[in-house]
Amino acid sequence: MRKLLLFISVIFVGLVFMARLFYLQVYSSDAYSILDDTAIRKVYNYPKRGYVYDRNGKLLVANQPSYDVMVIPRDVEPLDSSDLQEFCGLLKITEEEYRQKLERARNYSPRLPSPFVPQLSKKDYAVLQEKMWKYEGFYIQKRSLRSYQTTIGANVLGDIGEVNRQIIARQPYYKLGDLIGKQGVEKTYENTLRGIKGVKFIQKDRFNKDIGPYKEGRFDTLPRPGRDISITIDSQLQAYGELLMRNKRGGIIAIEPSSGEILAMVSGPSYNPNLLVGRDRSKNFSKLYNDSIAKPLFDRGLQAMYPPGSPFKTLNALIALQEGVITTEERFSCSMGYRYGNRRMGCHAHRSPVNMNIGIYESCNAYFANTYRRIIDKYDTPAEGMDKWSNHVQSFGLGDYLNNDLSVGQPGKIPTAKTYDMAYGKNRWYTTFTISNAIGQGEVLATPIQLANMAAAIGNRGYYYTPHIIKKIEGDTIPLKFTTPKYTTIDKQHFEPVVQGMFDVYNKGTAKYLQVPGIEICGKTGTAENYAIIDSVKTQLTDHSIFVAFAPKDNPTIALAVFVENGYYGSRFAGRMASLMIERYIKGKITRTDFEDFVLKHTLEHEYEKPYSNEPFGINRQTTLETVSEEEYRTIQNIKANISKS
Amino acid sequence: MLRENQRRFKFDWLTIILFLLLVTFGYLNILSASHEGEIQSYFDTSQLYGKQLVFVGLSFILIILILSLEAKFYERFGSVIYLVSILSLLGLFIFGKEINGARSWYAIGSMTIQPSEFAKFATALAVAKYISDLQTNMKTIKDQLRVAAIIFVPAALILLQNDAGSTIVYSAFFFVFYREGLQQVYLIMAFSLIILAVLALKYGIAITGIVTAIVLLARYFLRRKKRASIIQYIAVLAASVLFSYGVNSFYEHGLKPHQQNRISLWLRLEKDPDKLEKMKKAEAYNLIQSEQAIGSGGWTGKGFLQGTRTTGKFVPEQETDYIFSTVGEEWGFLGSSFVVILFVALIIRILFLAESQKSQFSRVYGYGVASIFFVHFTINVGMVMGLIPTVGIPLPFFSYGGSGLWGFTILLFIFIKLDSNKINEW
Repeated sequence: MRKLLLFISVIFVGLVFMARLFYLQVYSSDAYSILDDTAIRKVYNYPKRGYVYDRNGKLLVANQPSYDVMVIPRDVEPLDSSDLQEFCGLLKITEEEYRQKLERARNYSPRLPSPFVPQLSKKDYAVLQEKMWKYEGFYIQKRSLRSYQTTIGANVLGDIGEVNRQIIARQPYYKLGDLIGKQGVEKTYENTLRGIKGVKFIQKDRFNKDIGPYKEGRFDTLPRPGRDISITIDSQLQAYGELLMRNKRGGIIAIEPSSGEILAMVSGPSYNPNLLVGRDRSKNFSKLYNDSIAKPLFDRGLQAMYPPGSPFKTLNALIALQEGVITTEERFSCSMGYRYGNRRMGCHAHRSPVNMNIGIYESCNAYFANTYRRIIDKYDTPAEGMDKWSNHVQSFGLGDYLNNDLSVGQPGKIPTAKTYDMAYGKNRWYTTFTISNAIGQGEVLATPIQLANMAAAIGNRGYYYTPHIIKKIEGDTIPLKFTTPKYTTIDKQHFEPVVQGMFDVYNKGTAKYLQVPGIEICGKTGTAENYAIIDSVKTQLTDHSIFVAFAPKDNPTIALAVFVENGYYGSRFAGRMASLMIERYIKGKITRTDFEDFVLKHTLEHEYEKPYSNEPFGINRQTTLETVSEEEYRTIQNIKANISKS
Repeated sequence: MLRENQRRFKFDWLTIILFLLLVTFGYLNILSASHEGEIQSYFDTSQLYGKQLVFVGLSFILIILILSLEAKFYERFGSVIYLVSILSLLGLFIFGKEINGARSWYAIGSMTIQPSEFAKFATALAVAKYISDLQTNMKTIKDQLRVAAIIFVPAALILLQNDAGSTIVYSAFFFVFYREGLQQVYLIMAFSLIILAVLALKYGIAITGIVTAIVLLARYFLRRKKRASIIQYIAVLAASVLFSYGVNSFYEHGLKPHQQNRISLWLRLEKDPDKLEKMKKAEAYNLIQSEQAIGSGGWTGKGFLQGTRTTGKFVPEQETDYIFSTVGEEWGFLGSSFVVILFVALIIRILFLAESQKSQFSRVYGYGVASIFFVHFTINVGMVMGLIPTVGIPLPFFSYGGSGLWGFTILLFIFIKLDSNKINEW
């Protein structure tokens, strides 16, 4: 027994040690990965971000170098007061900010690098670089920033900014301080544009000092450069659209019907994309973000939902023909409106009775109320008719996200039977409850891009391509969904009378003063009543001016929707702007300079201020036009001259 | 001539092979832990691995010397060697050089020698000589005290030089005494005291007292015959409580703060997260780095010279006390287990040989050798893996250092020599 004590102890200890080794090395250790190894520093090599060109090959977005000061808080040696003063001076921060930033970085992680002062200018970098050795724990990380070659298209191009922690948590590719597309094409084409960063592995010691490349750089990877893209935007047309939208709020969307390519995507008010580059990005961004009245970051062409008004009537005409409930020559009488029950939908003075052609170009409410009732009442129940109608409307891309490649969007709204079942109860509503849909009011909401797409589908006589912004990707093709036509539920032969009606809008209808010599334009005016909550009172404001058009009449090359907030009737601003955009795009120059002068000279700023002036104000008829200041007019002329030059 | 040849081949080659494997593997790990960048020359004596290679080379000269001396020499001069060793320890108080707070080295030029590493075999020889004396009876208190004094003197001197780790090694001789007749009650007492100490530190005196009382009660009622008097039980309980109190107050007042923290970490006494965080950067830092290095090895390790934590020198003291973490990182579970098996095999082989000795001197000495290796191995590897509190003692044949390597080599090869001579022991 005495002989066995040590023997047993030795065996026991041996077994315990093996068990402990098993626990440490096999049971509780994950599969080894160099990326998780804290003994290896990963130095990332950022590739060049892809350039962005417009449809004609004009460079819109390039790169410029930028230098971030990074900090690893654990390695920071306390600076004496003169060094601290000098360092803060070089970084252009106060000593208080220095302490705050350091504390914030420490809270994130004492041993991981955090951006300390991002995006130094080249000049600041040059001065700082020579003194960098003095400040332990800090180093400079070179990065590439965007350099905009243009002052237009901020909403189209978007911007890049630092990733936040949520993004890092979702996508481990990104590390703190990395840049990512935040808006516009920078966001939708992030993966194409950014490329793939390279990584160098460096062996560290326990003091976090670099010793040398890990295994002679065997595992290092080279950065894969980002790919260039071309977007469908015509930068001249875009610039011109933005000029027209100056001093107004609203949106213009122009599409090439034969391809679905977005030619221009204007949102007013706009801003210079260069505001969102570099150190001032967050300051400028919050300024834009916090402007809750003008909302410059709100892309009105994509995100604003309005009742489409009269342009929507063309759809009802098409649906009625498809459903076979009217013929083009069938006439309805109109005496200043349409009566149903004891109610009336008003209309303006025009001859009566009207057939489809007159109904469209005179925009007769009674004609379309009758037509709409015929569509719905064709079926046994209003619910069935409603769903049928809704299905036709939705086939034009209305009422849903277009599934495009834009970073923001809204679905709009097209009612179905369910909508009314919810509101009134199942089978407890009649066609007349929904009669406003006949004239694009009521429960119908659409965004300008949806209306432009609708115009394109009409111009194409029955199909459209999903509107998209991508034209070319270096070394790749654009997604198939953008090159496959989508057919509406309306047969081709029914389009001709409606197109003719829209053509006659220009010939003899509501837009007869908006003709452009030599171009056959088809269009439709619209006005949308709108309300705002002013001091918690629902107040009616001046109507939105809306215009939808395509040109030329046959084989159209441009389809567009224009709307101007509180611009009053359709042809007043939106119509003129639509004609100008069409002429500019097709002819490359403007002959109707009278329109141009009208649009450029007038501002609606006073209209936007009115509701907030705390004084009673008039709308629509009671509004007056105001002209821009002399100085602003000169600026406008300068911009105009520059567009023509470039 | 013939006689000489026969003798040479009587050495226990299994032990020698185990020794060679350990030394070789140990050297490779020192190479790994101490190289910086490219290895220019393995003999570069400005580098630790170069020095260690020289130490290994010199140890072979020592081996030849030890094996060529008469086996009787060690028994005859055991006391003298012991006395010389004690003198060398005493000399430290006058001539010693302080390194890392311990006054344990003689400096000769750029070389340093640590006499405590040599005191182990000297003590083992002295203990063996005393116990094997025909007059000695380990069951008597008188001899127990005398033999305790033999180990107490070097242990106390080493403790006074502030090398607590090396002092603990002398507890190894308990195994020797027990084998040679020390009463079982000592074993039970030692065991009880260890449990009492841990209980007292972890759960306080009150709970320790209650647990002791329950155990004693159970014993009292289970033992119907030959019951000792209740007074005795009460005395044992009182002594236990007193001991617990003593342990706690020693922990509070007798230990240095870093020693306190090591124990506190081991028993998970500290609950305050701020203080724990502080400890992670101080006392627990080595251990955390070491466990992470070992853990990162996985099944097969990262490969020789490929350990990222070893190359990055993440584990402080890695080439000395924490050398086992290099094994763990670069050779993985398989390599580390191999080292554990080598040590277990070596110790068991020595034990086996010791039991087969005909002379009591050889047996006691062999037992001492096995016990010393056992204690070193258990404490060092246990500490590096976080199983026992941090105690700074080297891993035999692995930790960097000439004195250590030579001390263990002498310790082992004197026994191999004694063993080879057993045929002549009549």
